[in-house]
Amino acid sequence: MEINIRKRVLEKNETDADQNRAFFKEKNVFVLNMMSSPGSGKTETLCKTLVHLMPDIRVGVIVGDVCTTNDADRLSVTRAKVTQINTDQFGGDCHLAAHLIDASARQLGCDDLDLLIVENIGNLVCPAEFDIGEDARAVVLSVTEGEDKPLKYPLMFQVADIAILNKVDLLPYLEFDAALAVDNMKKVHPGMPVFEISAKTEQGFGPWLEWLRQRVKEKTAR
Amino acid sequence: MHEMGIAEQLVQIAMDAIPKDMDDPRVKILNLRIGKLASVVEHSLTFCFEIITKDTPLENVRLVIESVPVKIHCKSCHKEWETDSPMFKCPDCKEGEVEMISGREIEITSMELADD
Repeated sequence: MEINIRKRVLEKNETDADQNRAFFKEKNVFVLNMMSSPGSGKTETLCKTLVHLMPDIRVGVIVGDVCTTNDADRLSVTRAKVTQINTDQFGGDCHLAAHLIDASARQLGCDDLDLLIVENIGNLVCPAEFDIGEDARAVVLSVTEGEDKPLKYPLMFQVADIAILNKVDLLPYLEFDAALAVDNMKKVHPGMPVFEISAKTEQGFGPWLEWLRQRVKEKTAR
Repeated sequence: MHEMGIAEQLVQIAMDAIPKDMDDPRVKILNLRIGKLASVVEHSLTFCFEIITKDTPLENVRLVIESVPVKIHCKSCHKEWETDSPMFKCPDCKEGEVEMISGREIEITSMELADD
């Protein structure tokens, strides 16, 4: 006997993500989902970025990690509201699913926030699959990785709205071809804005901060 | 990478679809559609299924997987094409913003139950 089903596996996550989106809209908060491989410098980029944005923009951060609260500890010195999700207790997941964001966002309280940044788990594969109800997705690639990462992980670079190429202060010491890396990103995602920055020296921070401020303004003005 | 979670969801969907009045149901085949860019490794998925379906109506189920090609649409010139490589640039207008219209599916289409 054949039974027709036609159901998508991620349907439940998509429903949860839509509920998150409605919640964030009601709270007038712009939500950025930051993704990358481990060690690309997401936390350092955020630490430096928050210093520039606050207190004009009120920021909250949800940090996802398989284990430890190290990233949340580093971010808490910026005085942003920070909450940590350790996926370890949920089975060592490789991504943050929408229902985890819902719980954390409510715990954080979004009434006094303009911007909520979700620092996803360092992984270029799984987080790309899971909508969390965000307004925009950023992928961070660093120059200590390979130029061909966008071609190896095309879904991540395809679903991202912007890309950050981090650690450009190291370029003189490496054989990394930044132009090739950017070209590969644009092969996978034509027209995607790419910000070349150094979180350490804050080189190239202007356009990245401007993009973020503008997007927050557009959302919170509604 | 998250095949175990996907397998659990698939098993849940299949279990929910088994008619409640059936005596000792056994699912023989699960028909799936999985996009080529869905980051699902077929071998890992099958392995996870073997583990979690033990002593359930889905034990020894055969997964029949239809691989869904990656199809891209150019928002500027509206060209649509299939691709096997991660080069999503529009071959016609080159500069257009593109969107993926298929290739990310992870879904169950149907299942076959043993008749006896």
